[in-house]
Amino acid sequence: MKLYCLSGHPTLPCNVLKFKSTTIMLDCGLDMTSTLNFLPLPLVQSPRLSNLPGWSLKDGNAFLDKELKECSGHVFVDSVPEFCLPETELIDLSTVDVILISNYHCMMALPYITEHTGFTGTVYATEPTVQIGRLLMEELVNFIERVPKAQSASLWKNKDIQRLLPSPLKDAVEVSTWRRCYTMQEVNSALSKIQLVGYSQKIELFGAVQVTPLSSGYALGSSNWIIQSHYEKVSYVSGSSLLTTHPQPMDQASLKNSDVLVLTGLTQIPTANPDGMVGEFCSNLALTVRNGGNVLVPCYPSGVIYDLLECLYQYIDSAGLSNIPFYFISPVANSSLEFSQIFAEWLCHNKQTKVYLPEPPFPHAELIQTNKLKHYPSLHGDFSSDFRQPCVVFTGHPSLRFGDVVHFMELWGKSSLNTVIFTEPDFSYLEALAPYQPLAMKCIYCPIDTRLNFIQVSKLLKEVQPLHVVCPEQYTQPPPAQSHRMDLMIDCQPPAMSYRRAEVLALPFKRRYEKIEIMPEPPPRPTQPTGGKKRKRASDDIPDCKVLKPLLSGSIPVEQFVQALEKHGFSDIKVEDTAKGHIVLLQEAETLIQIEEDSTHIICDNDEMLRVRLRDLVLKFLQKF
Amino acid sequence: MTSGLPVPSQVGHAGISSLIMDPECSQLLPALCSVLADPRQPVADDTCLEKLLDWFKTITEAGSSLLLLQENPCLLGLLCHVLKPQDLSPRVLSFSLRLAGMLAAQEDCFQYLQQGELLPRLFGEAGPLGGAAWTAPSVRSGWIQGLRSLARHPSALCFLADCGAVDTIFSLQGDSSLFVASAAGQLLVHILGLSLQGPAEGHPGLQTGDWPVCAQKIVSHIEESLRSAATPQITQALNVLTTTFGHCHDPWTQVLWGRLSPLVACLLEKDPVPAAHSLVDLLLSVARSPVLSSSSSGLWETLAQTLSHLSPTQAGPLALGILKLQECPQVLRAQAFAVLLQPLTCVLEATAQAPGLLDSLDGTGGASVTVDTLLPSKAACVGLLCRTLAHLELLQPLPQRPSPWPQAPLLGATVTILRLCSGSATPTSDAGGHLCAFLVGCVRVQRAALDFLGTLSQGTGPRELVTQVFAVLLEYLTSPDSSPTVLKKAFQATFRWLQSSPETPGCSDLDPHAHLFLRELLPVLPKRLCSPCWEVRDSGLEFLTQMIGRWGGQAGFRRALLASEVPELTEQLLRDPESYVRASAVAAMGQLSSQGLRVTPASPEHPGGQQKSLLAELLHILSTDSEGFPRRAVMHVFTQWLRDGHADVAGDTERFVARVLQVASQDLDWEVRAQGLELALVFLEQTLGRPSSHCPYAVTPPVAAPPSSLAQALRPLCRVQLFEFAFRALFDCDRPVAQKSCDLLLFLRAQTASYGGPQGSGSVPEVASVEAALQRWQAGDQGQPLGYLEPEVVVAVLRSMDLEGLRGALAESSDRVEKSPQSLLQDVLATVGALGEDEADCY
Repeated sequence: MKLYCLSGHPTLPCNVLKFKSTTIMLDCGLDMTSTLNFLPLPLVQSPRLSNLPGWSLKDGNAFLDKELKECSGHVFVDSVPEFCLPETELIDLSTVDVILISNYHCMMALPYITEHTGFTGTVYATEPTVQIGRLLMEELVNFIERVPKAQSASLWKNKDIQRLLPSPLKDAVEVSTWRRCYTMQEVNSALSKIQLVGYSQKIELFGAVQVTPLSSGYALGSSNWIIQSHYEKVSYVSGSSLLTTHPQPMDQASLKNSDVLVLTGLTQIPTANPDGMVGEFCSNLALTVRNGGNVLVPCYPSGVIYDLLECLYQYIDSAGLSNIPFYFISPVANSSLEFSQIFAEWLCHNKQTKVYLPEPPFPHAELIQTNKLKHYPSLHGDFSSDFRQPCVVFTGHPSLRFGDVVHFMELWGKSSLNTVIFTEPDFSYLEALAPYQPLAMKCIYCPIDTRLNFIQVSKLLKEVQPLHVVCPEQYTQPPPAQSHRMDLMIDCQPPAMSYRRAEVLALPFKRRYEKIEIMPEPPPRPTQPTGGKKRKRASDDIPDCKVLKPLLSGSIPVEQFVQALEKHGFSDIKVEDTAKGHIVLLQEAETLIQIEEDSTHIICDNDEMLRVRLRDLVLKFLQKF
Repeated sequence: MTSGLPVPSQVGHAGISSLIMDPECSQLLPALCSVLADPRQPVADDTCLEKLLDWFKTITEAGSSLLLLQENPCLLGLLCHVLKPQDLSPRVLSFSLRLAGMLAAQEDCFQYLQQGELLPRLFGEAGPLGGAAWTAPSVRSGWIQGLRSLARHPSALCFLADCGAVDTIFSLQGDSSLFVASAAGQLLVHILGLSLQGPAEGHPGLQTGDWPVCAQKIVSHIEESLRSAATPQITQALNVLTTTFGHCHDPWTQVLWGRLSPLVACLLEKDPVPAAHSLVDLLLSVARSPVLSSSSSGLWETLAQTLSHLSPTQAGPLALGILKLQECPQVLRAQAFAVLLQPLTCVLEATAQAPGLLDSLDGTGGASVTVDTLLPSKAACVGLLCRTLAHLELLQPLPQRPSPWPQAPLLGATVTILRLCSGSATPTSDAGGHLCAFLVGCVRVQRAALDFLGTLSQGTGPRELVTQVFAVLLEYLTSPDSSPTVLKKAFQATFRWLQSSPETPGCSDLDPHAHLFLRELLPVLPKRLCSPCWEVRDSGLEFLTQMIGRWGGQAGFRRALLASEVPELTEQLLRDPESYVRASAVAAMGQLSSQGLRVTPASPEHPGGQQKSLLAELLHILSTDSEGFPRRAVMHVFTQWLRDGHADVAGDTERFVARVLQVASQDLDWEVRAQGLELALVFLEQTLGRPSSHCPYAVTPPVAAPPSSLAQALRPLCRVQLFEFAFRALFDCDRPVAQKSCDLLLFLRAQTASYGGPQGSGSVPEVASVEAALQRWQAGDQGQPLGYLEPEVVVAVLRSMDLEGLRGALAESSDRVEKSPQSLLQDVLATVGALGEDEADCY
């Protein structure tokens, strides 16, 4: 059993598990931090951005000045933003049988995998994951496609040239594999390969493995997965939360008795308590608006925004902000707000009960009704006529490289009355802000990450007691900036096995038992596919059976068998009856023959000749096919 | 029922009896006894039985129990009746045992009951002791308490010995009911004391061998328990001794301790030391006893030995106890202090603090304990640190605290703990790493450490440490992760430290250091005032109010505050949805306004024009707020404003007072009405030309020369309708308001008297109509207002009223009628009667 690690990002995992005879991809997260190296894509022409000076080497050579621009001491690629894909070379991705998706943030690389690698398998995910994942992809494609950029920079990626560039471009990994965003067509095609599943639903894979999604408590429809055979169990824990927010609570009990627990997607900000951060968010928002400033919240169109709107719903009256407009701008804003209200069965108990009243589970419905929250697909159109300040704007993308947020950064960045509040933990806020420097607006960093922290993990591991834990290497040591914080790492016994990008891990499994079924009828011979691509299988899983061994059936009559043994010179034979059959004991030869309804075992002490003789005797009583 | 008992003589007691029990009660008593004796009429509520016992106790303490029995034979009847085999409730049985004990406390009554063999039948083997009723803990408890009351005289001791009660008490020490077990221990102590009162008193040299049999028996039992291998028995013995030495300082205790101390010392040789908590209690009790501590030679050695044998957790309370002792050898004090400081030494060690700090904390100079042994688990570590900090906090203000007090290392350790809790400390060793992992985010330790840090502000510290203190406080005040309770403590500690920071010579402003801190703190405050958590907003406002109260007059602070958003935000919080926050905002705004720190109403950001004046805003809160707290806060602010001569008030004081009193009189909250009277009193004092007695240094509005005539003096009071308010309050349904009003009117009457002259001659019909109206008010009909009263009428009414009588009536508790024994008896009977009626209804 092996684990192929295709992504080094602990919260955007992409691993392939070879288990029994199946190849299972666990999540396919897309690392979008690569976009931070690019210049923002403004919705409207930005004189500031278009007039940035080109970058030249120390010796004055300016051959890269079309591709690289300099802004406040940082160098950016002036091109369509590109993403860092999971490893595609480590394993032949066409052999992947299934892809299990744990939450909508961890499926953003799906079109790259399903559309460009020869993948022919099935993707499993819950309905909210698919629907909201679609929204995220749609938003991403929309953000990028609506600002077409003629220029495409590739010169800088040349390894010899990259060496000469300043950090962080110099240190960017595998830039040659960075890809542009997929198209809507690819998204649709990828999503069509998804099969919807529900929590605790058991899905059989080729009769060898059963996979089951469990509620993980992190986001609408987010799941952990149990992958088990008859005698082995692997738990895949990705993006889970024990906090009481909107999703259904995490199912911990089903994770018990795992042989291996793969643990990914812990909180990215283990030192920040989400409650404190929400408080900080609200206070800063109120302070800015009271002083007549605007608040910009770069965010994803789904997830934490639901909780933030709920907090603000309770807070705005107390803070005297009832007259302040809240705008949510995203091509998928409307769908996101509406979808959240219809997935009642995926919500926490409190919200579920509201549905029966009947009331909308999320209070943002009321905010919309009372015109306190307004949503728009883009800042063009209705928004420009409704827009009034001071206000609070929620919009994407949190990387500040594309989407409507770019416009607001340009618009509001010059006034110290305004504030940008970062709540999404995926991007370093300082790097995100770099191309907007110098910036007068206030910047507040309140990352809200509800995923498990290390204390919760330690309790979880004590509770479910897996035999082995496998996790990204980042979790096995304290964060580099806080090397003394021994509490900020996974502490378990035996120590967790760690992986990094492009590594293959042999999982510590002891296979003790194997269940096989013997059918009385011979199975139909598999017909060779006549055309198309033959699916490759790794040879270590199923030996390529060129000569098919015959199948056996029938039962062994004990008395006749004993007589046959005596005929062949075995003496001192004893027969014992057991619950399931008989044990024939050859005392002299110190050998046992255990005959049961569905199995026969010959147990002899390292005497292969004897075993073969006895086997042949047994076979005489059985029919072959 | 009384067969077997001699009929007592009644001659000569008739006169006294009436003092003991009033005839109404005597009449009700037989019915009560028969109800109690009847198993078919259960007493629903046993608190009434407790009240009955309290009543009997007062009676027996005031007079002769024998006489009580003679005058009320039903009592004896009840006691005899409960002995009959029947299905009597354990409550009544327990009640009877306690009553019997109470009666037998007087020796003549004891003898009388003994004659009828009643006591052995109640308390001996033949009584409930052997029966099924004994399984009820209340019966066992009643038995013990009965004996406890009975054991007052030598005859009782003989009785106890004869009926074998002492052995039963021994066994009850381990009773499953903790109340019974504890009472049994205390009874043993009592019997021991009683038996030694006579013979051993005054003879400290007397050996225990010469002691009465009963005492010897108890002492042997204690010895046996101390030698036992079972911890519960040792605990029982130690508890008995602790109580004995705690309550009795007779010379015989010295003999007893002399005999038992070797056994107690033996306990220390066991590992682990059994019943450590009880042992600590005993040793401290011995050390506190003036007889024992002065004489016993080995005591200090035993204490020293105990300190070194017990685990740090167990030794903490002992160390604290030792340090609190008035007289104690210096060496032992040093050892105790070292034990107390051990956990903090550990913290400093684990974070590799400057060695100077460590030396001064580690007073013993002995082997320092490592973090691992001292702090084995998170729970132990947190518990020990919290206790240590709490102990040190208790010790800090005591005059007998260790000297020199290691202020600097303690500050260093506390700051380090706080930094470990916030994750900002960098431990240099593995042990430090563990400690850090234990403490990060631990709210309990944070609270304890901040409390102690606040206490440490009483002393001084090296400049760099004080800088660290302010830095760590700022860290807590800024951190979004600080929980509301931690934040509150951080605010409190900050205020204490700012208060203690030295003032700049020559100017009463904050020192530059504190100023620097304030400059960093003020930007934090607005964020806290905007917090979604109301507790945070509330503690932010409380802090602000304290700060303005202390430094509101100082230029540097004023500048910094006015430059911040704080004043404006505070005003907005007057409309907070949480009433506590509104109340705190009212107090803060009151202070801001008093100090002239309120932002000018018309600002460019409020183009709406004229903002409401604060006075109007507060009056609005007073008349409309649905919760009491903000209204009370407004009244406090108004009273303070009036006292200080606030500009808004001084302009037209009469109009202000009239308006406030009018609103306050209609308030449903009695505290608001009472505060209204306080405000009235201030106005009264100011009007009559006397500076307020409450605040002699307050600035009072310039008062012209005292008004020449009484009428002239009272006219302003009449104009603001102060009397209508006060008279209304006089008949308030809430007693404190009525009392306060009564006091105010009495004060006023005294004041008017000082003007002399018979000026209270208002026209008679007017006075009569006012008096009639007041009578209606007293009767509960307060609908009709009095209208404007002439000063003469007021004086006449005041003089005609029996204010002293009213004050006397108000001073009596309102439940005095309900508390009377007669009412109690009636209640019991009525309850039972009602039960009976219900039964009848069922048929």
